Amino acid sequence: MNFLDLAPLAVVLPIIGAGAAFLARRQVRTQRLITIGILCLTLLLEAGMVAAVWGGESYAIHIGGWESPFGIALMVDGFSSFMLLISTLVSLAVLFFATSQGLADGDEPGPVSVFHPAYLILLAGVSNAFLAADLFNLYVGFEILLTASYVLLTLGATAERIRAGTTYVVVSVVSSVVFLMAIAMIYAATGTVNMADLAVKLPQLDQGPQLILHVLLLIAFGIKAAVFPLSLWLPDSYPTAPAPVTAVFAGLLTKVGVYAIVRTETLLFPGGEVRAGLMVAAALTMVVGILGALAQTDIKRMLSFTLTSHIGYLIFGVAIGTPLAIAATIYYVGHHIIVQTSLFMVAGLIERRAGSSNVTKLGSLAKLSPALSLLFFIPAINLGGIPPFSGFLGKFGLLHAAVQDADPLTWIVVGAGLLTSLLTLLAIIRVWARVFWRRATDAEVPNQELVEQAASVAIETAAGGAQNPALGLKLAKELEADSLPWGMRYSTASLVVAGIALTVFAGPIFEFCERVAAELIAREPYISAILPL
Amino acid sequence: MSVNITFLVITGVLLACGFYLVLERTLTRVLLGIMLLGNGINLLILTTGGRRGIAPLFKPEIAAEEYSDPLPQALILTAIVITFAVTAFLLAMIYRSWTLTSADELADDTEDIKVSQKTAYDEEEDSPVAEDTTEFVDEEGRPVREGEE
Repeated sequence: MNFLDLAPLAVVLPIIGAGAAFLARRQVRTQRLITIGILCLTLLLEAGMVAAVWGGESYAIHIGGWESPFGIALMVDGFSSFMLLISTLVSLAVLFFATSQGLADGDEPGPVSVFHPAYLILLAGVSNAFLAADLFNLYVGFEILLTASYVLLTLGATAERIRAGTTYVVVSVVSSVVFLMAIAMIYAATGTVNMADLAVKLPQLDQGPQLILHVLLLIAFGIKAAVFPLSLWLPDSYPTAPAPVTAVFAGLLTKVGVYAIVRTETLLFPGGEVRAGLMVAAALTMVVGILGALAQTDIKRMLSFTLTSHIGYLIFGVAIGTPLAIAATIYYVGHHIIVQTSLFMVAGLIERRAGSSNVTKLGSLAKLSPALSLLFFIPAINLGGIPPFSGFLGKFGLLHAAVQDADPLTWIVVGAGLLTSLLTLLAIIRVWARVFWRRATDAEVPNQELVEQAASVAIETAAGGAQNPALGLKLAKELEADSLPWGMRYSTASLVVAGIALTVFAGPIFEFCERVAAELIAREPYISAILPL
Repeated sequence: MSVNITFLVITGVLLACGFYLVLERTLTRVLLGIMLLGNGINLLILTTGGRRGIAPLFKPEIAAEEYSDPLPQALILTAIVITFAVTAFLLAMIYRSWTLTSADELADDTEDIKVSQKTAYDEEEDSPVAEDTTEFVDEEGRPVREGEE
């Protein structure tokens, strides 16, 4: 028996865990233990999977022993296991964050403590979507994760969350409808929904039907991945959710859409017929998103806009379609998941420390909360693409691939990409200058508590003088520890460190991404792993 | 493959009405739209199964062409369950929205309105720099600037 035969457990474990966590809804401690235990197990399993396919293997699992193309198949290759590992890593960090926040708040139980079960189901859906080698199974994966996300987004059912949730639910349902429509038409045209089988049969269709099916799939995935002009729902709905929920959504949900787009473009429709369309969409996604980010005063909203903006880079990589571009896209997906999630976690910390995530009310945080400012600064400049961080490496790979491509349209998108990178830096630096550097008294709407704390830290520093310069820092650290439980700080820090690790081990990781990209473009490993010869 | 044109026309009408209703601001209409969309899609999947046939229970003496295609039916069953769950969730959400705001309409995002009302002038970045920005003072406490002694 192959170790990779255990891959379905990546879906099954979280679902069993969700059931157990729901049964234990009255015992908060047990529930927490179950969720964290299950996620740790899943993480170990997926680390094993990545190790098993590190050299570039593709392994198909036929559920229930039904041979493809008749049965449901799951696909474990470099791409799917890499995405699985990163997504579980990120969700584990966010789970620690949420748990620690819940602990600190004394866990007032709601009518049903539904966070942990819904969280595990979300993860099961994400894993299922990554593993699916069958369009309909991919749809089911999407639905599992969406249904769980509806619940998580509207936790507590306050007026603001219900408003945001309604838009989110309606947009998601419409995207699912478009996806189903695509599946129905593909089945009518080819008589199969198995992706390997489709990879063989779709090219035999006429150009016209092929284009319709292709665009229909891209629209469905484009809504989920938040590609302009289908992206406007995202900054509207994400920021109102609780901080850990926004963090995990930002990391995972749009990337599932991107994953599906990569599979569509490399496996199902490898000809690159809609290349020009994708290029234009990529450029607009980048520029419109980042202009939106510049207009925001709320950190979470600003981050939501940078999130959609940077999806543009991924679409750009897919549109170029050379092995280097796909490799850079895969690397950039990993970077983007980790960095966006850590930034949203930091936004949660800022909100908790200073009572608001609106920059007009903040100030002095660099003095008041040195650790927090470090936690913000590293992922922030990483997002902005400052060397040597992974954001720079990913963008460099993409632009390098684009320059080799040397096509006028590509050059325009390269320009848009560079402009976006610069504007991202501007957006980030504006937040940094206002929230961390300026005095709390200079804020548009000064927060009295922050002003007083800043004053007392200044007095302490003055009292310490030259003999004891750390006196003010000590007070700041005490204040920080009072408002931010250690679990929240360390879980955020661990994700920031993971972002740095992506930079430090960029060599082997990027080589892995290149092997994966070569496999994706060759298509043959995927098809022959699933279809019996 | 022969296609049932009636089914396709009905699918088209259901989807068109569904998409129209989804674009409304009134939540109950949106819900009705989503239900129409779900049914329209199910009908579309059903048409993909091709012509009618007998129930797909395997008997050796019946030729394969006699059976109806079971796969679209299985897909529809899954889609129905999902639509059902989403409809239930939306109903609960609409009810909650009604108890909170006593309106059946989707409200505007307050943060959005704030951003749209913002002018290009940004107080922090665009206001003229105040006179005494220097931190250096002479013996009498007056600010000292570059080029002055």
